[in-house]
Amino acid sequence: MKRFTRRDFLQTLAVLGISTGIEALLPAYARPRPRVAAPRRSGRGPVTYDLTIAETPIRIGGRKAKATTINGTVPGPLLRFREGDEVIIRVTNRLKEDTSIHWHGLLVPFDMDGVPGVSFPGIKPGETFTYRFRLRQHGTYWYHSHSGLQEQTGIYGPLIIDPAEEPYPYDREYVIVLSDWTFENPHRVLARLRKYPGYYNFQRRTLANLFEEAREMGFWKALKDRLSWGRMRMGATDIVDITGATYTYLMNGHAPEDNWTALFRPGERVRLRFINAAAGSIFDVRIPGLPMTVIQADGQYVQAVTVDEFRIGIAETYDVIVEPKEEQAYTIFAESMDRSGYARATLAPREGMEGPIPPLRKRPLRTHADMGMVHEGHAGMSHEAMPTHHQEHRMPADTTGHHMHGGHDHHTGHAMMAGMMSGVGQPPGMPPEPQPHGDDTHGPGNAAVPMITRSRLHEPGVGLGEDGWRVLVYTDLKSLHPREDFRPPTREIELHLTGNMERFLWGIDGKTYSEAPEPIRLRYGERVRLVLVNDTMMEHPMHLHGMWMELENGHGRHIPRKHTILVKPAERLSVLITPDEPGPFVFHCHILYHMEMGMFRVFEVSEPETATRTSS
Amino acid sequence: MRRIGVFLLLAALAVLPARQLRAQAQPLVHFMNENTLAFVLFDLLETSPALDGRPLQWDMDAWVGKMYNRLWIRSEGELLTAQRGGEAEFQALYSRVVAPYWDLQVGARFEVAYGEQTRTRAHLALGLEGLAPYWFELEPILFVSQDGDVSASLVASHDLFVTQRLILQPRLEALVAVQEVPEWGVGRGLNRVDFGLRLRFELVREFAPYIGFNWSRLYGGAADLARAEGEATRTSGFVAGVRLWY
Repeated sequence: MKRFTRRDFLQTLAVLGISTGIEALLPAYARPRPRVAAPRRSGRGPVTYDLTIAETPIRIGGRKAKATTINGTVPGPLLRFREGDEVIIRVTNRLKEDTSIHWHGLLVPFDMDGVPGVSFPGIKPGETFTYRFRLRQHGTYWYHSHSGLQEQTGIYGPLIIDPAEEPYPYDREYVIVLSDWTFENPHRVLARLRKYPGYYNFQRRTLANLFEEAREMGFWKALKDRLSWGRMRMGATDIVDITGATYTYLMNGHAPEDNWTALFRPGERVRLRFINAAAGSIFDVRIPGLPMTVIQADGQYVQAVTVDEFRIGIAETYDVIVEPKEEQAYTIFAESMDRSGYARATLAPREGMEGPIPPLRKRPLRTHADMGMVHEGHAGMSHEAMPTHHQEHRMPADTTGHHMHGGHDHHTGHAMMAGMMSGVGQPPGMPPEPQPHGDDTHGPGNAAVPMITRSRLHEPGVGLGEDGWRVLVYTDLKSLHPREDFRPPTREIELHLTGNMERFLWGIDGKTYSEAPEPIRLRYGERVRLVLVNDTMMEHPMHLHGMWMELENGHGRHIPRKHTILVKPAERLSVLITPDEPGPFVFHCHILYHMEMGMFRVFEVSEPETATRTSS
Repeated sequence: MRRIGVFLLLAALAVLPARQLRAQAQPLVHFMNENTLAFVLFDLLETSPALDGRPLQWDMDAWVGKMYNRLWIRSEGELLTAQRGGEAEFQALYSRVVAPYWDLQVGARFEVAYGEQTRTRAHLALGLEGLAPYWFELEPILFVSQDGDVSASLVASHDLFVTQRLILQPRLEALVAVQEVPEWGVGRGLNRVDFGLRLRFELVREFAPYIGFNWSRLYGGAADLARAEGEATRTSGFVAGVRLWY
């Protein structure tokens, strides 16, 4: 069995190089024609990087653009470390406004976490801030600005920490940073969404496509389904807020037509480290003709699972191994979840080759399952050993339309258990039982509440699972190593992800951060079950800083650890957390525009009780 | 040593009594949702060539504010060249979100009828603005004039997407009054119903030229008053205009 050696590593790093022209505006690992090997740092002292944030003209798909960059490139440079390293990163701000860098997924002291106003004051123009911490983990991560909408304009980059021992050997590796670019000013994008949330949706149901739907499901059914959505004042085509109408989807900073290429020799095991660094886009990733073996999720090794496609929420990372055996080009294809566009790259034995680009699939429609409506086979189901490739039910409205309740309009006919808890007595690791939502609408900040909230960890999600191929689901993720700390929780905190799409209001428990600034208090070292309930009909990639979230997906001690969890509409899921770093850490939706609208909270971890306080 | 400063501050906060802390809790981070936003929509900005003497009509909504509390300015009116006159009304309303899809609005309305002799009157206004099931935009509003006359209006419209950019908008406007106010052409009961059908093409979301047809009819006392003035009680005709917002 091959092991990943230092020599392999140097070979891998042969992809790093210098280039000219436009390519010089891309980080070395993302340039299409790599030539020169970069030296590998060595020694035991702190590993130091200097990062400069500045405004830089770049080209995206042949068009000129102005980006905020890290060391002049989008994405920023690859930062590479080894587990246990001490790290010094000096970040210099050459912008006219404050900036910051947050190390996404890294366990660091709060004052090194990089959230302006919470961790530190931010980096003022002209200032340099020195981040210094010791790495307590390994895996694929990334870093990005936590200031305003800077992440949308280019401040993000990959970060890899090599483990002391590599459990899955490979011959070659590439980082693939997925992101989205808009030539519009992102403040304008947000203003437009606030004025007209459907601004970028050019895939809605129209009179014209009613007739297509009528051919598929019959005229009356098609009409009734629409009326049912209209009655709820919801859109079945509200899949993402911002679409290909303004976004160019990027892989390693390259637009689809740039055809960024990664090379391989047939028979090699190629590791691809996917990072979704987008501000507003969830991607479905596949390499037609090449199965992918997922070995790592959010930087944490998982038991290898081979799939043909996976959905990557904003801020998540997945490492996969592929073994191309033929002398042919493969397309690495990342469709936006709403099918309004794609990012692509090529995996080929030689430069200049191109694989076929698959057509975009039909845009999906939300179903009544996304509204938490009761329908056959779902209410009251149990969650052990779910079939992994469960199909989403396309629910026509005729039987269920009248069950939904929107806003204050009516609350009828089901047992209300507002605020009920599933009990801390439930053994750790199991997904929560389905529960009626209860009467609480969380005020005008929340437009509708689902009738039933339940675990959907075994479902591939909207628009996936019907293509006849294997799709990764959250219940496929099993930690490679068993959890050492698997104490049952002593406390449970339930948070509802809320929103009013008609007004582009987003919050937690119906409130924005500015309306609910009190921190959620955690005791150092305690064990808490955090229950997340998605009251909205959109996915929310929820990210917790400073500690892991152990996703209770039914695999006992092998439940996976994640830093970001894509919560599906009407879903109830739970994670176990053990705060082991004192200080304030934030918890927020990683859709940049949802966070900016207030889907954000502070978790305040107390000092360890044994510590002696000097002030009083 | 900013880090130490932050640490000391947090350490100090940690030892404060919880109640005191709660009172002091305030957002530490500025988010975009706290930014004031301004919006202007000319839902109608049109001319009706078939009805001569009516070169320009408009219906404008604008607001400025944050998430839940906004100042609304509304205006609608028409210029008349034939009689060298016109009518315009302006509303200034405080608007507050009271339910997921509804804003409660309270404020003032000013009416101006100008021509040979210009008249004005003012009202108090109380209304709702929101979205009803099936995507109907509704704007019911109640007025009490400076003379104590009570009236109400309802505007309802719906956007029917024919294609992604071609949108058919049926629009209904109705006026009712409790008292007769002859100098303003107001009769008791249902005064007027306008029904329009406009087909717009969104070149961009903010800019959409349209063509359409408009029916307007006066009823009851209002119709009698119009007849007495020698005016028509029913008008209809093609309209052409542009819907724009920013």
